[in-house]
Amino acid sequence: MDLFEYQARDLLASHGVPVLPGGVAETPEQAEAIAREIAAPVVVKAQVKTGGRGKAGGVKLADDAESARARAQDILGLDIKGHVTHRVMVAQASDIAEEYYFSYLLDRSNRTFLAMASVEGGMDIEQLAVERPEALARVPIDAAVGVDEQKAAEIVDAAGFPAEVRDQVIAIAVQLWDVFAKEDATLVEVNPLAKTPDGTVLALDAKVTLDENAEFRHTEHAALEDAASANPLEAAAKEKGLNYVKLDGEVGIIGNGAGLVMSTLDVVAYAGEEFGVKPANFLDIGGGASAEVMANGLHIILSDPAVKSVFVNVFGGITACDAVANGIVSALGLLGAEATKPLVVRLDGNNVEEGRRILAEADHPLVTVVDTMDGAARRAAELAAA
Amino acid sequence: MSIFLNENSKVIVQGMTGSEGRKHTQRMLASGTAIVGGVNPRKAGETVDFEGANVPVFGSVADAMKETGADVSVIFVPPPFAKAAVIEAVDAQIGLAVVITEGIPVHDSTYAWAHAQGGTTRIIGPNCPGLISPGKSNAGIIPADITQSGTIGLVSKSGTLTYQMMYELRDIGFSTAVGIGGDPVVGTTHIDCLQAFQDDPETEAIVMIGEIGGDAEERAADFIKANVTKPVVGYVAGFTAPEGKTMGHAGAIVSGSAGTAAAKQEALEAAGVRVGKTPSESARIMREIVGG
Repeated sequence: MDLFEYQARDLLASHGVPVLPGGVAETPEQAEAIAREIAAPVVVKAQVKTGGRGKAGGVKLADDAESARARAQDILGLDIKGHVTHRVMVAQASDIAEEYYFSYLLDRSNRTFLAMASVEGGMDIEQLAVERPEALARVPIDAAVGVDEQKAAEIVDAAGFPAEVRDQVIAIAVQLWDVFAKEDATLVEVNPLAKTPDGTVLALDAKVTLDENAEFRHTEHAALEDAASANPLEAAAKEKGLNYVKLDGEVGIIGNGAGLVMSTLDVVAYAGEEFGVKPANFLDIGGGASAEVMANGLHIILSDPAVKSVFVNVFGGITACDAVANGIVSALGLLGAEATKPLVVRLDGNNVEEGRRILAEADHPLVTVVDTMDGAARRAAELAAA
Repeated sequence: MSIFLNENSKVIVQGMTGSEGRKHTQRMLASGTAIVGGVNPRKAGETVDFEGANVPVFGSVADAMKETGADVSVIFVPPPFAKAAVIEAVDAQIGLAVVITEGIPVHDSTYAWAHAQGGTTRIIGPNCPGLISPGKSNAGIIPADITQSGTIGLVSKSGTLTYQMMYELRDIGFSTAVGIGGDPVVGTTHIDCLQAFQDDPETEAIVMIGEIGGDAEERAADFIKANVTKPVVGYVAGFTAPEGKTMGHAGAIVSGSAGTAAAKQEALEAAGVRVGKTPSESARIMREIVGG
């Protein structure tokens, strides 16, 4: 889960990382109140989970509380690369003498954690990494040991931080590790880590990604989820414990196992080229597909008005095909009149003959059984275009 | 021959007394696996009755190994306790730890991996279906009855795509099929399996199934070019997955250009691997190569 800037800032602050005073506002009035409390020039920043806010007009300076209100008025509701701004962060504006970069992240290729740091922060760090890799220090971290003051000093010295900020940055590096490790983050990135003219080092902007697998030990993380921006179908699926992602096509997809469903999307996309249709969603109902889970899945897909046909692609392994076929038949029974779109079913694996026999016997007017995945994808695409 | 798992493997199950552990222990026994014990410190000394077998429960992996000579552990322990379970297996120096558990925090998997370095335990998973050497042993949740023993080696991130491929090529059969898991950090990689299949005299050809996310397939392609002389057929899932969206497997997420299915296919083809556009096409290519 990616956090908004204000959430990341609060999380950093709760672990002692120095940040500027500020708060989050959902209305111009709230923005004005925060600015009044800060009683200094502020910066009003759109809270959206995408880059390029500044260029899109999502970051504005305000000299006083009244103008903070006006700037918030401008920014709230702004569409930045398809992300509508529902909140702004109002933070004390700061003069910046120098901009640095600091991050911890998961390095999946090397199956460890990595610290990256540079005294050339502020700019696009990916560009820096490509153009002048020597300016970005990369220090692997032993996951069984972590980052103590000594390790932090190694990172800070590798990046060549100036002597006058060295101790401050080492302390911040230890605090940021605290955030990374204790909050189960997969990314903690501060850019810029800024030095103000009086020599103080502060985290001015931060990106944090939290591991959703770790929510069982961070019940407070659930409150950080952006329920307002979630697609309603995705939210409904999540409530039913289904793994669903809405896409922008016409062929509804339901299958068992993440890899098989991803593969199904591809096969439907190829078949759909001829008919001008695309997959409408990703939906994995998991290995043991009971009738109820199948019904929940079909219900979600059939509630999507963009869906014109549905492709049910199941490999019968642990749950054999006869059980899956019975699940489909009962699911259609449970859905009753709600089931109005054609279903193409492809079953393969254990007890496939029995599974196909059950579907043939049920003889549901909406169901077509096709034996191969490629053939079924083609039929589903054809039906969606009809 | 086969890789990592054979007819002499003695398997214990950590988490055997839980519902998933119990269900799959029954299935592993039914497919002929030598299950010699379970591990649960609160139930040490008890036995669990499976149809046709009484399996003893030990208080620790070390005890189970001492009493039974076990060399493989299959782990079904729930996410909050999985890290400790893996560390216990590693510290007991078991040869192979197969971590089926889905939903382990990546900090825990990364810690366990770091802890295992320099040790003697091979870790497969987490979030994987395990591995099967058909007719010999089955350590995990792969259905044993969809294929048979044969000459193809298979390595895959995905469970159901593994099953699909095993089923499509069931007449030729498999030496070993390994589901390495879809998490961002896994213990055994495509490369480890490719090396083992290259060295296994029974394996004549290799199917490698990948999916979006990370650069494991690109690294595997480099490895194949330099080290693998047996034919390799590939399949990659996730060409149409949108950027920045997680598709079920925690690792199956694309950010920017690295990790896309297209990049993986390109890298594999540049290494001489024939990559099918669909699973069935990959199976057809394999049939051409092995079936003659």
